[in-house]
Amino acid sequence: MDAAAAPDEDELLAHFDALIAGGETIEPRDWMPDGYRRMLVRQIAQHAHSEIIGMQPEGAWLTRAPSLHRKSVLLAKVQDEAGHGLYLYSAAETLGVDRADLLDALHHGRQRASATFNHPALTWADTGAIAWLTDGAAVINQAPLCRTSYGPYARAMRRVCQEEAFHVRQGYDLMRALCEGTREQKEMAQDAVNRWWLPAVALMFGPPDTEAGGADARTAALGAAVSRRAMAWGIKRHTNDELRQRFVDTCVPQAERLGLTLPDPAIRWNEERGHYDFTPVDWDTYRTALGDDTHWARGRIAHRLAAHEDGAWVREAAVAYAARTDEPAGAAA
Amino acid sequence: MTTTPPADTVPTAAALALGDDALVLSHRLGEWAGHAPVLEEEVALANIALDLLGQARVLLSMAGDEDELAFLREERAFRNLQLVEQPGGDFAHTIARQLYFSVYQHLLYDRLASGDGPFAPLAGKAVKEAAYHRDHAEQWTLRLGDGTDESHTRMQRAVDALWRFTGEMFQPVEGIDGIDWPGLESAWREAVEYVLGRATLTVPDGPRSGAWRAGAGRQGLHTEPFGRMLAEMQHLHRSHPGATW
Repeated sequence: MDAAAAPDEDELLAHFDALIAGGETIEPRDWMPDGYRRMLVRQIAQHAHSEIIGMQPEGAWLTRAPSLHRKSVLLAKVQDEAGHGLYLYSAAETLGVDRADLLDALHHGRQRASATFNHPALTWADTGAIAWLTDGAAVINQAPLCRTSYGPYARAMRRVCQEEAFHVRQGYDLMRALCEGTREQKEMAQDAVNRWWLPAVALMFGPPDTEAGGADARTAALGAAVSRRAMAWGIKRHTNDELRQRFVDTCVPQAERLGLTLPDPAIRWNEERGHYDFTPVDWDTYRTALGDDTHWARGRIAHRLAAHEDGAWVREAAVAYAARTDEPAGAAA
Repeated sequence: MTTTPPADTVPTAAALALGDDALVLSHRLGEWAGHAPVLEEEVALANIALDLLGQARVLLSMAGDEDELAFLREERAFRNLQLVEQPGGDFAHTIARQLYFSVYQHLLYDRLASGDGPFAPLAGKAVKEAAYHRDHAEQWTLRLGDGTDESHTRMQRAVDALWRFTGEMFQPVEGIDGIDWPGLESAWREAVEYVLGRATLTVPDGPRSGAWRAGAGRQGLHTEPFGRMLAEMQHLHRSHPGATW
């Protein structure tokens, strides 16, 4: 192309801004600011990684599920999560990155999965608490992403959200069965909620971006700036703390119906705000839990890396076979 | 959902044999969750496991209460083939096990579906799933057998290691009538030999059914890894007698 005929950056940016302002989606061939592309790659990749790493705590209970009905529900869920990872890696690839490179970044600590899944799943009830609380948080986080400005991401999220909403209902149903069961089952349910509440509230929504959310003034200002940028680009639609509040407002009545206590003594209805008050997330706790150096964080990545390395010979075989037979390599590799 | 025939017309031993095959293989495939060599296989293996578990639930329900049968029987009361209880091993072992079983199940269910016995409705639905499982296993047998030197070696080793468990599939199952078992065996052998040949693999020879202890799963005689598998599968259910989940 003749360089002189190329539209200049200001024109491209004006066109991009007009598309966003008009509620149009941005598509892979459209021009986009580098910052927009980078923010999306980071967010979509982290989202995809979380689906893949999130298979581990639940997958560990597949062989121990206590009934065939629950076992089939869990199998379907773990299968969905792998599928969500695939949709999301495909969406990320439309931005000019490669799935293998993204996985490599996960394996070597340059990109992260949600720190929520660095918590261990210790009992069967954890599979219910994970589905009800962390998938519940994911749905609240992700529902607005069905209208996010980047088309391939929005379309992936529509499929993901539909299935996630189903998982939340199944998780709630699993918890209900435990709560209506024996004393031991009920205790198992309460114990799981005690351990999974904070990870869901703190880690599924990202850092606080308001002082009310528990951040100090400087951190809140930084978080708010990032959120504002994402919102200006139509990537996000709400601040982290708005979504966190929505999550608490949804969960409290559900926990009451189950007869379970959420492990936060500060939870109470605030008539004036029309929301539940709750203890602001402790930023230090958040950062500690987020650390990549915790035992479970390292274990999750090590597990993932081992599966990848053990499978290298299989992927190599698929590529060699495809090259020899003109089979489309994408079918396996 | 398949209609369940009245209990008194269902040959219980046969429902258990077919149901246990599906239950145990489903469990073994579920062990791959989070370990598969490529994400597409996480989906595929879970998908196959889910199909098999669905079949198991219909079949066990024909014989009694599905959860009692799955979680409260001991090793000696299970009627599955020894083939399906073999640990996953490497991906080649999993594919060889799946190839041998899926071809068998596809051929058997195809015959059951065209009959008018109590398993015809279940088989009519499951035969479509088995065809998909068979295709998946065949494609991977080709890729691994005719892939790299390493994958060829591993696939040949797996095909050889599991061969001795295949003879058992053609012992007549008590309660299943109208199957020409020797005919099923030759159809199976022809199909498997064709795939192995295309995959540049050597068809194993040597002992199959009855040559030694391998092949008594239908009589409740299992291999050692099976007890450990059941210990894990049944532990939680047995820890809470009478609980509903």
